[in-house]
Amino acid sequence: MPQRLRVSPARFRVSDDPIDQAEVASSIAAPGSGAVVTFVGLVRDYNAGRQVLFLEYEAFAPLAVKSFDRIASEATEKWPSAALAIHHRTGRVRIGEASIAIAAVSPHRADAFAASRYAIERIKQISPIWKHEHFEGGEVWIEGATADLEDEAARRVALERACW
Amino acid sequence: MLVTVRLFARLREIAGAPEVQVEVPLGATVGDAWAALSARHSALAAYATSISCAVNEDYARMTERLQEGDEVAFLPPVSGG
Repeated sequence: MPQRLRVSPARFRVSDDPIDQAEVASSIAAPGSGAVVTFVGLVRDYNAGRQVLFLEYEAFAPLAVKSFDRIASEATEKWPSAALAIHHRTGRVRIGEASIAIAAVSPHRADAFAASRYAIERIKQISPIWKHEHFEGGEVWIEGATADLEDEAARRVALERACW
Repeated sequence: MLVTVRLFARLREIAGAPEVQVEVPLGATVGDAWAALSARHSALAAYATSISCAVNEDYARMTERLQEGDEVAFLPPVSGG
């Protein structure tokens, strides 16, 4: 009988491939997981008064993957029972498609919800990923936060939002 | 010495390339590499206070000293998610 190799999916990934939400969660599933919270970010058709056609995401992939790992470690410091998996898509992403999926698992729901919210706030603060918005009549790079690991105020904002 | 500079998003567009070689003096910092690049592309100056940087695929400070052959990345304000 040929042996079937089971390769567990990566916890942290940046790729042009469509996001498989189930795979993100399965990368961190454990027998002690009583709760899994999956956050999925979708491309919407309207932003800042513009009719959006599609988004093009660019990333510095190796550093983005490291940033996800770092964010997961930060979350584990605050919520020791929670674990995170994060997949972000790059390249052209159409309206309604997922650009990001975050899975947070924990024995209990509160920590999973909090860790998931913390992760998305931190990704928007420090992960080297950029949205190029293509809209009716033009295109624009969306420029959000200066990625600064030493910005403790930004980290506190992410913690506050996670703990609401 | 020569260092490789990687540029992303709007910075890449301004420079017209995702990767450029920059000549900097021995002992130069990341900030010196940015200054050399800004001298070539004046539109980069608008980003002087909002960029962050990485050296050899790790977050770094603008004051970090560079070695020959290092890969510096300049990151405009991020917008993932």
